[in-house]
Amino acid sequence: MTAMENVWLDIGTIDDIPRQGARVVKTPMGCIAVFRTASDDLFALNDRCPHKGGPLSEGIVHGTSVTCPLHNFVISLETGLAQGADKGEVATFPVRCQAGRIQLEASQLARSKDAA
Amino acid sequence: MTQKLVVVGNGMAPGRALERLFEMVPGAFDVTIFNAEPRTNYDRILLSPVLSGEKSYEEIVIHGDAWYRQNGVTLHKGRKVVKIDRASKTVIAEDGTQADYDKLLIATGSVPFVIPVPGNDLAGVLTYRDIDDVNAMLIAAEQGGHAVVIGGGLLGLEAAAGLKARGMEVTVIHLMPTLMERQLDAAAGQLLKRELESRGIKVVTEASTRQIAATDPCLGPPRVAAVELQDGTSIKADIVVMAVGIRPNAVLAKDAGLATGRGILVNDRMRTSDTDIYGVGECVEFEGNVYGLVAPLYEQASILARELAGAPGAGFVDKALATKLKVTGVDLFSAGDFADGDDREEIVLRDAARGVYRRLVLKDDKVIGAVMFGDTSDSGWFFQLIKDSVDIAGMRETLIFGPAYAGGGNADPFAAVAALPDEAEICGCNGVCKGRIVSAITEKGLTSVDEVRTHTKASASCGTCTGLVEQLLTLSLGEAYNPAAVKPMCSCTELGHADVRRLVVAKQLKTIPDLMQELEWKSSGGCAKCRPALNYYLLSTWPGQYVDDNQSRFVNERVHANIQKDGTYSVVPRMWGGVTTPGELRAIADVADKFQIPSVKCTGGQRIDLLGVKKADLPAVWADLNAAGLVSGHAYGKALRTVKTCDGSDWCRFGTQDSTGLGVRLEKFLWGSWTPAKVKLAVSGCPRNCAEATCKDVGVICVESGYEIHFAGAAGLDIKGTVVLCHVKTEDEVIEVTAALIQLYREQGHYLERIYKWLDRVGMESIKAAVVDDPTRRNALFEGFMHPQKFSQSDPWAQRASGSTDSHEFSPIANLTYMEAAQ
Repeated sequence: MTAMENVWLDIGTIDDIPRQGARVVKTPMGCIAVFRTASDDLFALNDRCPHKGGPLSEGIVHGTSVTCPLHNFVISLETGLAQGADKGEVATFPVRCQAGRIQLEASQLARSKDAA
Repeated sequence: MTQKLVVVGNGMAPGRALERLFEMVPGAFDVTIFNAEPRTNYDRILLSPVLSGEKSYEEIVIHGDAWYRQNGVTLHKGRKVVKIDRASKTVIAEDGTQADYDKLLIATGSVPFVIPVPGNDLAGVLTYRDIDDVNAMLIAAEQGGHAVVIGGGLLGLEAAAGLKARGMEVTVIHLMPTLMERQLDAAAGQLLKRELESRGIKVVTEASTRQIAATDPCLGPPRVAAVELQDGTSIKADIVVMAVGIRPNAVLAKDAGLATGRGILVNDRMRTSDTDIYGVGECVEFEGNVYGLVAPLYEQASILARELAGAPGAGFVDKALATKLKVTGVDLFSAGDFADGDDREEIVLRDAARGVYRRLVLKDDKVIGAVMFGDTSDSGWFFQLIKDSVDIAGMRETLIFGPAYAGGGNADPFAAVAALPDEAEICGCNGVCKGRIVSAITEKGLTSVDEVRTHTKASASCGTCTGLVEQLLTLSLGEAYNPAAVKPMCSCTELGHADVRRLVVAKQLKTIPDLMQELEWKSSGGCAKCRPALNYYLLSTWPGQYVDDNQSRFVNERVHANIQKDGTYSVVPRMWGGVTTPGELRAIADVADKFQIPSVKCTGGQRIDLLGVKKADLPAVWADLNAAGLVSGHAYGKALRTVKTCDGSDWCRFGTQDSTGLGVRLEKFLWGSWTPAKVKLAVSGCPRNCAEATCKDVGVICVESGYEIHFAGAAGLDIKGTVVLCHVKTEDEVIEVTAALIQLYREQGHYLERIYKWLDRVGMESIKAAVVDDPTRRNALFEGFMHPQKFSQSDPWAQRASGSTDSHEFSPIANLTYMEAAQ
C-alpha cells in the first residue's frame, strides 16, 4: 500500500473534458467520473449516483454540482454529498492538474478497491 | 354481468353521477346517454361568465368527447327522448333511435318559466338556460341596443350584468318590491339595487308586465320592440330575457306513468315509483322540495352512483343552502332561513359608507340564517354555524364581527379560515372540505389555486370559493404562497419563463453567461432546470447566431439517444410517416445482431426502438444504420418526434386523401426542428381516424373536401382531445399552417410546456388570429420556421458516426483497468 502513496496517474489533458462536462476513467473498481467546471476546477467522483446508480458523468454540471440524469439527484462535486432534501453520498478521489495534464492519485483508487 | 344503463339528459347532475359510478365500478354498466342538446356536458353555473366574456365555452366544458369514448359511453347528441316504454324497458327518441335499459336514469332538468303575456313568443324573446340562449344573447348584444330582463332573481341579475358588460343598455323588471327576495332580505335587496344602478343597470321593482310589443309588421318580420307594464310604462327593448324562474321538466316521466308532483317524485335513494327508474337533478322532487343549486344536485348524484354501484351509504336529506351571486365585483351571500318571526332574533351590522351589510337570524341561540352584502369574507364560517347548529350563546356579543373576534379578539385576516374545522365545506359545488384541501396542499406540494383545482376539484365549478382556497394556500404555505407572483423558472431566479423570454429579446441577451449576469442569476452556473430552458430560448430566439451549448442539454439531446435505467441507450431511427422497407428492416436486424442489442420493440409512433445499446457502440450502430439510409428519429428530444399515418387513399377503401404521403411530406418538412417540448403529429385519411390524430400535438384529418387541421391534443399525463384550428383545401396549405403554428409555439412556448398547455395559457383567439386569419402573419411565421431549418436539418447521427463531432462523448478518457493486473 505505502508504495502506492502519492503516485499520480496521468489520465489525459484538461481539454479532453469539455467545460461543465465530465469524462469517465475506467478503473479496476469501476468507473470514475472526472468533472471540469466552468472555472476549470477538476473533481473526481465515483460514477454511480447513490440513488439508483445513474451515471453522474452524464449529468448537467452547474457551479460545483452535478445533477444525475436519471432522477435529478443533485450531488456536490466537492463533498460527494446529495444536496437538498435528498440523502446519499458518493466517494470522491484526489485529482489535480499539472501543466495541463490531469492526474488521479493511485493510492485512493486502490484503497477504494479494498473497501469495495 | 354488464347492465344497460340509459340516461335521459346530459347535464351536470347525471355527468357527476356517471363520473362517480365509473370510479366505483368501472365497466359494470354499458351506458347510453340521450342529450336533447347537440353537445357534451358543460358547466351551466358558468354560463354567466361566458355571457360576460370572462370565460369561453371551451373553458366550461366538463366532459369532452374523449371522456365519453374512454368510458365506453354512447352519447346521442341532439336526440330528444319522447317516450319511455316501461313494459318493454325501452326509450325512444324523436328521430326513432331506441335503446333498451336495465336501469333508466331520468335527468331532464328544468324548463324556464315563460310568463303568459301577449307577445311572449316574438322573435327576440329569450330565456336563460343553456349555451344556445347565451349565444343568442351574444348575437343580439353585438348589435348593441336595449335589453330588458324580466326577473330580478339570481339568473336574471347575472344575465343583466353580462349583457351590460357586452355593451347593451339594460333594464331589469322585477315583480316584487326588492331584488332576489328569496335569498335576500329587504335591506340587502336595496343595497344590491343601488350597486347595480351604480353600474348603469336600470332596475324597476314592483313592475308587472302587461305585454311585449312587436315592431311594425310593415318593417319586416315582427320582433320584440318594447315591454309594456301594467301601469302603462313602455320600456324600449331589442331583446327580452325571461328569467322569472324554472320548473322541473317532468313531462316525460309523467307520460310514462311515474309518480310526479311538481317534479318527479323520488325517495332518498333517488328512486322513482318504478324500481328500475331513477331521477336526479332539477327534474326531481324530494319531500316536497325541488332544487336548482348545484350542491344538493351533486349530492344527489353521489347518492345515486352509490345506489347503482350497490354500495348505498347515507340517503339524501334536505339541507340548508347557500347562495352567491356571480357578478364580478358584487359580493353577496345568503344562507338558511331569514324570514321574520316571533321566536326569532336578529343581529344586524350596517356600514353604509363601506356598503357593508350583515344580518344574522337567530333562534334558540343558534344561527339559522345569514345575509351578507359588500364583505362576504366570513360567509364560510357563518354557513358552518348554520349547518352544524352551533350554540352561539357564548360568543353572541362579537358574533356579527365574524370568527376573528369569536375567540376573544385578534384581528388576523386569516383567523376566519383558520378557525374552520377540517370538515368545514369550502367548495359547496363539489363538496370539498377544508381538511382535504389542506392535506392535498401539504402532501402534494400544491402552490397555486389551479393546482388545488386539479387535485381536489375545489373551486373548479362556480369559482366563488376561490378566495377561501387562496386563504388556505396562504395558511398552509405562509409567505411562500404569493398569488400575484409568477412562478419562477427555478430556484436560481425570481423570473418566470415569460419574463425570461421577453428579456432575452429586449436586452439582446445572446449567451447563457451574459443572460445569467444581466438577469442577476442567484446561482453560479444555473441548475439542471434552467440551463436547458435558457439554451432553448437562446436557440429559438437567435437562430443561426447562437451556438448551441451541448453542456446545457440533457444527456439524451447531447448524445442523441435515450438514456435507460442501467446507463445504456435506446436508438430509434426515423421511419418517415411510419413507412419502411425490407432493406431498412434488414439493416435494423443486422445492427441488432452485430451489437447484441438485447431488445427490439415497436414504439407508439410507428417506428422501431433498439433498447440496451452500450454508449461506446452508439457511433458504430449509427454508422451501420446510416449506410442503409436511416437517420436519427429524435425520439430523445424536445423536438419533432413522429408523424403517424394511416394507409390513406392508396390502399384503404375509406381513405379520402393520401394521408401516408402527406404524413411523409410533413415529417420531411418538419424534422430537425427544436421545440419547447416534444411535438407529435398524425395524419388520418378519413374521420375514422385510425392514426389517432385527435390526441396529437398537431393532427390532420383528411376529408373529401380537404383537410381539417387539429391541434393541442395529448395522451400522456393529461388526456386531451384536439381542437380544430381550421379547414384547408390543399396539402401545401396544411404544411404552411402547420409550420406557422409550430413556429408560433416555438416563439411563445415555455420550455417543457406542451402545445395543449400553451393553448390553455395564451388562448385560442390569439393563435387563430396569427396562424389562420392573418395571411401576412402566417407567412412571416412560416418564414420564421424555415430559416433555422436550413442548419438544423442535418442528421446528428451521421456527424457523430464519422467521429468528427463530440467524439469525447463516446469513449472513456483513460483506461486504468490494467492496474489490477499490475498488482
